[in-house]
Amino acid sequence: MVSTMLAVRRLAPRRVGAVINRNMGALRSGPSYWLVLLSGFFEPLLYLLSIGVGVGALVGELRLDSGRVVSYAVFVAPAMLAVSAMSGALAETTFNFFFKMKYQKTFEAILATPVRPMEIALGELSWALVRGSLYTGVFLVVMVALGLASAGWALLAFPATILVGLAFGAVGMAVSTLMRGWQDFDLLSTGQFALFLFSGTFSPVGDYPAVLEALVQATPLYHAVELVRGVVLGELAAGLLVHVAYLAVMTVAGLLFAARRLERLLCP
Amino acid sequence: MFQLVSDQPLILARGLAKRFGDFTAVDGIDVSVAPGEAFGFLGPNGAGKSSTMRMISCVSLPTSGELRIFGMDPAVDGSAIRARLGVCPQLDNLDPDLSVRENLTTYARYFGLSRAEARRRADELLEFARLTEKAGSRVEPLSGGMKRRLTIARAMVNDPELVLLDEPTTGLDPQARHLLWERLFRLKQQGTTLVLTTHYMDEAEQLCDRLVVMDGGRIVAEGSPRALIETYSTAEVVELRFGQIRPADIVGKLEGIGERADPLPDRVLLYTADGDAAVAEVTRRGLQPSSVLVRRSTLEDVFLHLTGRTLVD
Ligand SMILES: Nc1ncnc2c1ncn2[C@@H]1O[C@H](COP(=O)(O)OP(=O)(O)O)[C@@H](O)[C@H]1O
Ligand SMILES: [Mg+2]
Repeated sequence: MVSTMLAVRRLAPRRVGAVINRNMGALRSGPSYWLVLLSGFFEPLLYLLSIGVGVGALVGELRLDSGRVVSYAVFVAPAMLAVSAMSGALAETTFNFFFKMKYQKTFEAILATPVRPMEIALGELSWALVRGSLYTGVFLVVMVALGLASAGWALLAFPATILVGLAFGAVGMAVSTLMRGWQDFDLLSTGQFALFLFSGTFSPVGDYPAVLEALVQATPLYHAVELVRGVVLGELAAGLLVHVAYLAVMTVAGLLFAARRLERLLCP
Repeated sequence: MFQLVSDQPLILARGLAKRFGDFTAVDGIDVSVAPGEAFGFLGPNGAGKSSTMRMISCVSLPTSGELRIFGMDPAVDGSAIRARLGVCPQLDNLDPDLSVRENLTTYARYFGLSRAEARRRADELLEFARLTEKAGSRVEPLSGGMKRRLTIARAMVNDPELVLLDEPTTGLDPQARHLLWERLFRLKQQGTTLVLTTHYMDEAEQLCDRLVVMDGGRIVAEGSPRALIETYSTAEVVELRFGQIRPADIVGKLEGIGERADPLPDRVLLYTADGDAAVAEVTRRGLQPSSVLVRRSTLEDVFLHLTGRTLVD
């Protein structure tokens, strides 16, 4: 604990900024990167349109725990927003992070400078957040335009999506340091898809069997969806703080673990 | 404030060791490098040169022993030490996502240079590395020599007091090597302290004021190239080849000529103060070598004498 606090004191924002700066340079000089960025944005949006609007026509309306009745699209949209925040951050801190760490030796080169492993982890996470926020920002605008959220709550939901991005980005980075090769990424995307389907995204978890409900409540995307949905629908309750705490712990634990592993792997 | 004594060694290692599991890569070495010196680690592959360099670069902590760089302990002040070092690793790790120029400016930012300083420094270093014309190019299409020069330029971006070069010219063609040597020589003349590893004896002789010969994780000899040759070899060496006859079978007949004869798989090395006299004696004994070469002694001969093996196989 003391050593952790000491380590935090020695971190330099300037060096974290330099790591972000490197990624900005790479983005500017690679045209293919923009395409990747674009596709990452359309995925959740397409889900929203097909499921929210398409399935919504079949399902009709839905009664929330609070008793309020909303259209299915209003119920699903915040979940897609949370998914978008998750995928945006993960795309950067898993695939790209792993590539830079393992094949491109980017971090190895950086670690020969005064930059510390934790500063790399923070820089990479901040960069992932820049990318994720681009998605969620546009997504929120679309939601307001389609009448799926009010402008005020949408504005408040933005920081919530940032916390979601931080939590998933940090844990994704930690997991990436454990990857042996590309084959492990199949596992990761399967896991990501399972979370996507079973996190109270498409139906309230109260409708799940009790065992499944308990299981889902232990997984991270559930907390992300509940937090973002609570804020977007304007249903602020003390219970939301549990989700905030869950995501905050993910962020800190993921960062510490990732920095530790970077040092072990790259500074043998 | 106060000034540190100027002859305080930049690098001080006592009993420095690095182990990977059960394997000992560096086995208790003592090294001291003074400011302004050009110091070399000469040894074959697997001698422990890179492991030593990585400890000095503060990217790998010693398993045991004492290590001080600029008087500081890498385990405590790694980041502060690295701020004053320039590191050229054995394998280039340039950033393929960035242009040649951006490789320099981006790297400068890790050292805390401002955007403007980074740009100014990059321009100077592109000039130094003769890469100004390639400034906008990607890294991949560069030749091996250009990549190496860029890596060295990148190592200079923070105006380091100590530059560490791990096999700076391995794998380069002779022309590229000579250009690199010339650049490194300029650094040396400017007073930059250079520490390099190599398994080329000519490189060590060209660039190093002083060097240690490493083998199997240990230092087997230390001194200036000239002193090492004087101590462990003779002024001249005669290389004799005998066609079909195995060198080992010939050695007996060479007894008494020069100081000693070493049979290699393909030739016999005859160590002597006077090469021509030795050749005359070989002929007088009726031996008929298929080829004869008289040359000056090199560090290669020192290494062979100390370890019984050649540097580059
Ligand atoms: N990270 C590592 N893990 C295990 N063994 C290593 C590691 N790094 C180097 N070695 C071993 O240590 C020995 C010395 O390697 P190295 O320092 O690279 O020698 P050199 O640079 O002189 O060729 C080699 O046998 C190498 O296989
Ligand atoms: Mg090496």
